[in-house]
This record gives sequence, structure tokens and C-alpha cells, in this order.
Amino acid sequence: ATLVRVQRGGSPSAQTEGKLTLLCDAKTDGSFLVHHFLSFYLKANCKVCLVALIQSFSHYNIVGQKLGVSLTAARERGQLVVLEGLKSGVDVFFRPREEPHPLQFLREANAGDLQPLYAFVRDALQPVDSGEAAWRCPVLLVDDLSVLLSLGVGPVAVLDFVHYCRATVCQEWKGNVVCLVHDSGDTEDEESDVLLNGLSHQSHLILRAEGLATGFCKDVHGQLRILWRRPLQPTTHRDRSLTYQYKIQDKSVSFFAKGMSPAVL
Amino acid sequence: QRSPPPPAPTQGSPCGSASAKDSVEWEGRSLLKALVKKSALRGEQVHVLGCEVSEEEFREGFDSNINSRLVYHDLFRDPLSWSKPGKALPGGPLEALRALDKRTVSGPATIALDSLSWLLHHLPCPTLCQTLHALSRQDSCPGDTPPGEQVRVLGLLHEELHGPGPLGALSSLAQTEVTLSGMMGQASAQILCRRPRQRPTHQTQWFSILPDFSLELQAEPPLESQPRSDPHTPSVDPTTHLTFNLHLSKKEREAKDSLTLPFQFSSEKQQALLRPGLGQATSHIFYEPDAYDDLDQEDPDDDLDV
Repeated sequence: ATLVRVQRGGSPSAQTEGKLTLLCDAKTDGSFLVHHFLSFYLKANCKVCLVALIQSFSHYNIVGQKLGVSLTAARERGQLVVLEGLKSGVDVFFRPREEPHPLQFLREANAGDLQPLYAFVRDALQPVDSGEAAWRCPVLLVDDLSVLLSLGVGPVAVLDFVHYCRATVCQEWKGNVVCLVHDSGDTEDEESDVLLNGLSHQSHLILRAEGLATGFCKDVHGQLRILWRRPLQPTTHRDRSLTYQYKIQDKSVSFFAKGMSPAVL
Repeated sequence: QRSPPPPAPTQGSPCGSASAKDSVEWEGRSLLKALVKKSALRGEQVHVLGCEVSEEEFREGFDSNINSRLVYHDLFRDPLSWSKPGKALPGGPLEALRALDKRTVSGPATIALDSLSWLLHHLPCPTLCQTLHALSRQDSCPGDTPPGEQVRVLGLLHEELHGPGPLGALSSLAQTEVTLSGMMGQASAQILCRRPRQRPTHQTQWFSILPDFSLELQAEPPLESQPRSDPHTPSVDPTTHLTFNLHLSKKEREAKDSLTLPFQFSSEKQQALLRPGLGQATSHIFYEPDAYDDLDQEDPDDDLDV
């Protein structure tokens, strides 16, 4: 099964619009999911805003090219807006204080709220009534939210930011929001737990990439658990979760049922 | 002179508050909506303080009869006044919560808080507790408030988001506490009921919520022995396309069972080792000395004074 099929459709449809998808990884690197969604939504002709706090633009571009999209071209034609955290984080300190900056919180003594970051997202994805070809639904991708905790933002502030993105991008503009967060698995890290659980409660769909319990394996890189949290109708719990194992290859990821990797059969 | 206490109702108490604690795995909003539906069908007005979902999403699944009795106080769109022009409720979350107390329409009413977790994250815990206390009018004796004015407060609380302190404080306010969990796809509610001058009662209720948000109570827990085949994935036999043989024929199985393993120490083996029998070949050591070998017949341990 491919991840696209699991999302119930090759392209965003009414059923999959207006949703918050939470990507979460535990004991493994779930960033392959971010790259997947980035190329998926760009190919589907959506207007995408990427808040890239972890990697440089060129990193996403290189991976994007392997998956068949050119981020540079998308940015030039106005389909893609990128906030490159690594670069613009430094700008915050060299600009006059009066000018608001999306990463304003880096300057504050007690990192307050993420309203400037929300304002950036809202301005980037605001549907524009112009003569040019309209993009499909707006999409916000955040990679990732856990780093905001490390930068001193409180978990409630991050939850508020996601709340506002959900209210504006998902509810008002019928777009999608995809965020990556890390599950530290450390029971001592209360902030990370509050963030993860709070986001889980807000999400419609949770994709959780986990390393295998037995450790590293060459042929099975991990396990993906899919949990539909807010279906339109209340259904039984069992219908709402699936588990696949996966292997990341150069240009794609292959999924298979547990224990059914071609390498071990 | 006090009027006799109200008769024990089948579902919750006529006044006071109830909190529903849910988790990521067992969500509680469906139950909240089911209880809201029940109140509305009883003719009560329902006020919902919506912080986590939009009005559209909350009203989804309710028919017009219920929706007409439901007043949604929208704290979802702009709770912190970040938008310009502001779409926020004046005064922010605290004022919105307090305003629920000043309803103009009289009669029995239900106030649903979706969710207490959101309020707890944005208001200081003591303030929230005081406001909730005032809202559910717990300080008045049940007999003093006329039945028509009684208010029921339902709160949804996400258990994993709070520490034991705030959870304990909110628990002490609620007369009825419902904790959601489940087993094998069937949801259950652990109900703890605290009534004045009575001992707390504890019961477990299995239930399911139908698509139209009717609450269906189940008498028994799900049977554990029921194997349910998953309709989505056909069961696959992993032994069908193997390149090696996993099965044993009868003869092979017999041979396997009768084999004694080399390191299995049985009494026969012990005897055989102690007494080398005639049938066993005695072992010989053949040694061919090299030209450079120094064969010294003397025992090297002789000079030890042991």
C-alpha cells in the first residue's frame, strides 16, 4: 500500500480538506513524511507555506527533486512560501525592534506567544482575489514543532499557534495543516508530553513513525501507525487505526503489512 | 424547613457539575455531544462554550430541533484576540465563562464546557475553579433552588494534559466524574458519583454512541474470546509462498522426537561415561615428535614442595 492510497485518494478531496494531520516520530526520524507531504501537495497544485525550522531550503529542495518536484520553481511561481528558520532566525537580531518578525520570540526574555508567526502564515496563505490561476486549498507544513520548545516557547503557546492555524487555514479556508512533532519517550519531559497530547487531541489524523522495538533493521526501517481521530461519524475504535511497516528507498517509501517485508519472506 | 432531597435520577444529578475525562485513544467529545443532545431533547436550553472546535463542527450530526436549543459561545475562532478585525468574544475567555452565568432565559439549562482543558491552560486554576463553582451553584442547598432554575454543568477534560494538582482540584468540584476508556473497540465509562450526605458510588458502564449522537447503553462488556475478522484486510497465510519447507511429515516428526540431543544428560549417558564399556573404542593419542621437540620425561611439577 502506498501512503497516498492510505490517505483515501490521490489528491486532496472534500473529505481530506480542512484537516490537521499530525506527524509524530518516536525513536526514529519521521522527516520522510514531511518530504512526502510537501511534494504531494505541490504536485496537487496547492498553495503551500513551509515553516522550515530544522533544515535549510536546499535540503528540502534536493529531496523534493528526488520526489519529482522543484521547490525553487514552485517558489518562483508563487506556489510555495518558505520561512527558513535557520537563516531568518539570525535576522531577528539585526533588524530594528519595531519591525515584527515571525521569529520575534527569539528576542524576548520570556518567549511569549507565537502571534507573529501566525501572522506570517496567515499573510502567506491568504487567498488572493486576483486574475491569476487559483491554487487549490492552502496548506501549512511545519517542520517541526518540538524545536520551538527547545527555543523557549511554552507548550501552551505552541498549542495556541496550532489552534489559530487550524481556525484560519483549516476551518476558514478549508485548507490543510501538517505538523511534525517528536515523541521523546522521556517520561521526565512534561512539556513535550503536553505538546504531543494536546496536538493529538486537536488532530484529525495522526501518523506515527516508530522505530522497531527490536532495533535497527536494514530492510524494515520502522513502523507507521495511522490513527483517524476525528472521523465525521463516531465509529468504533478498531476501524480507526492501521499499522504498516516501511522501508525508505532513494526515491520512494514502500509500505507493507507487519511481518510481510519482501526481505524476510 | 427543608424540602426533601430530590429523587435520585437515572442519569446524573438535577443540578451540579459533571466532568468527562478523556484521552487521545478514547475521545470524549462524542459523549459530550450525546449528553448535550439528551438535555436538548428534555426541553432544556444548552449553552456550549466552544474552545476547541468550530461551531460548524460541533453542530454537525444534530438535527434542527436540537440545534435550535443550542447556543454556541464561540471561543474557537479568535480566543486570544489575535485577529484583526477582532472576532473575539469581549473580555476574553474568563468573561465568556462568567457570562454563561447571566443567562436571560430562565428554566433548567445545561452548560457544556468544551473544554475544561483549554480553560485550564489559559486561566489560573483557582480562578477557573471559583468561576465553575459559581456557575454550578453548589453552595446552595438542593432544596433552596427551585427545580426550574437548576443548572447542570458538563465539562470535557483531557486527562493527559494536566498534572495531578489541577486534575484533583477540578475533580473535587464535580459531583459526577466520568472517565472514558474501553476495550476491544467498545467504549466504557467509569462513573464516580458524589452526592451530599451519601457515600460516593462507583460504577462502570459500557456504551456506544450512534451516528446521530444517541447514547446506547450496553449491559455487558465485550466478550474477550470473540475473534473479529478485520473487514478491510483479508487474512493472509504467510506460509503460502515460501522457498523453504515449514511442515514435517509423520515419519520426520517421529525421527525428530526420538532423537537424543548431544548435550542432554540422562542417566544412561552418565553410566556410559563413568564406565567405558567394551563396545566403546578406547581412545589413543598418536604423537609424532618433530626434530626440534624437546622430550623431557621429567615431571615439571617435581620441584614443587606441595
